[in-house]
Amino acid sequence: MSASTATSPSAMSSANGPERKARRRSAALGVVAWVVGIGFCLPALWMVLTSFHAEADAATNPPSLAAALTLDGYRTFFGGGGGPTPWPPLVNSLAASFFSTVLVLLLALPAAYALSIRRVRKWTDVMFFFLSTKMLPVVAGLLPVYLFAKNTGLLDNIWLLVLLYTSMNLPIAVWMMQSFLADVPVSIIEAAQVDGARLPTVLRRVVAPVAGPGIAATALICFIFSWNELLFARVLTGVVAGTAPVHLTTFVTSQGLFLAQLCAASVVVSLPVLVAGYAAQDKLVQGLSLGAVK
Amino acid sequence: MTVTATRETTASPQAPVKKPGGGDRRRAWATRAPLLPALIFLIAVTQLPFVATLVISLFDWNSLKPEKRHFTGLSNYASVFTDEALRESVVTTVVLTATVVIVSVVLGLVFALLLDRTFFGRGFVRTLLITPFLLVPVSAALLWKHALYNPEYGLFNGVLTWFGELFGIESIAQPEWTSEMPLIAIEASLVWQWTPFMMLILLAGLQSRPAEIIEAARLDGAGPWQIFRHLTLPHLRRYLELGILLGSVYIVQNFDAVFTITSGGLGTANLPYTVYETFYRAHEYGLASAAGVVVVIGTIIIATFALRVVSSLFREEASRA
Repeated sequence: MSASTATSPSAMSSANGPERKARRRSAALGVVAWVVGIGFCLPALWMVLTSFHAEADAATNPPSLAAALTLDGYRTFFGGGGGPTPWPPLVNSLAASFFSTVLVLLLALPAAYALSIRRVRKWTDVMFFFLSTKMLPVVAGLLPVYLFAKNTGLLDNIWLLVLLYTSMNLPIAVWMMQSFLADVPVSIIEAAQVDGARLPTVLRRVVAPVAGPGIAATALICFIFSWNELLFARVLTGVVAGTAPVHLTTFVTSQGLFLAQLCAASVVVSLPVLVAGYAAQDKLVQGLSLGAVK
Repeated sequence: MTVTATRETTASPQAPVKKPGGGDRRRAWATRAPLLPALIFLIAVTQLPFVATLVISLFDWNSLKPEKRHFTGLSNYASVFTDEALRESVVTTVVLTATVVIVSVVLGLVFALLLDRTFFGRGFVRTLLITPFLLVPVSAALLWKHALYNPEYGLFNGVLTWFGELFGIESIAQPEWTSEMPLIAIEASLVWQWTPFMMLILLAGLQSRPAEIIEAARLDGAGPWQIFRHLTLPHLRRYLELGILLGSVYIVQNFDAVFTITSGGLGTANLPYTVYETFYRAHEYGLASAAGVVVVIGTIIIATFALRVVSSLFREEASRA
């Protein structure tokens, strides 16, 4: 109160008072944003901190902030204590996510090309067909897929997951890439075609350089979704082909609850997604909103 | 449907120009060819299983008694709507989805408004705010269940103990979060994961706001609240709709949080979890399929609106280009 009355006469005379007031308000809101940001992220930060604590320090009430840091949680998670190693599930997740992402790109790139550069007739209808498959809940097709897998011996096989993840991500990939390919100037493509370049060459030499970053982001998002998936993996895999999320859920029940180890496991499994997600955060929202928000 | 109709009427004047001759037809197929692998793949992997689900839903089929399998018509659907547990899971799904979407949209809007101004470390705060969304959903659910909600050494009760010590209260209440408020526990963890998604969409909306109009309104003496109420909010309407509808489509299907935090117990089983339980544990294939079809019908209702919003944004984009 006293501060504002003290500054108001000078502010009125120099006319920069409201501006300074606005700047102060903006600074205050900046502080609020920091507090909100840290508070909101706190559970995740807590997870990271706990993962570096010894089990005895992790499971205390009230929590021990000053406890010594250790890598024991990570060591045990990776089989340091003679327990099972997480490598098979991590490799399964990596393989399923990687191969389905490659398959998505192989299928979506030509489709997006047909939908954006060489427009097929009624292209918007085709776009909406792709989108509508994404809106079909996975539980609606789960049982037939399970029966099919059981009868063909494909149960507990990552290639089945590869196919399912591809179908899950294909619509998003087509939508995203359509919007990225639409940014490629048609005149350059026509010039290349006049010069006698065929479709593969045009794609590689002209389209890929311009739309490359967008295509990379699309691949990243498909990878993240496959990596995160639990329901299909839970129902369709078992001992051999279990993925990292499935490993996380069974991990708790099979070993009892070791909080630090669980947090370490969660950090390890989330790490690839965190890195990829930070790298592609703008494109991430575009992908999730099916290309509707640029 | 309306999209198709309008497109065809606008296209008809051009139609006589292109006579469907042999060369044209071949060229049309050459244009279409790159599209076909993706289309065929999607139809095979997503539409065929759904058709199979429809067929199975008409059978009384328990996999433990396969010899008793027989056609029952729509009686599975009657069971879905009369079965107490299944009806309850319909209600749970609606409550869970609505709560999570509404709360995360409101929080997301607040966060987006906070981040829509320049301040020191904005990029870092933005990174902090989107982190929950980037955790693997199972990790996030396990984190909430064990590290936060655990009644003995979870962070929440730990903080309560701290406060108790701070104010000299000997034995402060230590709630059993997941058993005393199971649905709220799941909702809180989902709100935490989905708020960043809403924030990112609304932030994109805020940044596409025409700056000149806001500047003009400010010069005309409009206060921040008036600008928000009469300029920002109407502009954000589309983005709010998009966030709400896409969020609904994703959260209606949520399985990870329900499965991990409560295993569907204590009245928290939503439809996807119930379908999973019905076929995976109870082996009632016909009933599970009928419930699955009901989920699809519910999602189609939401999705029809979602598609309309996306298509209006999309058409705007197309007309601008």
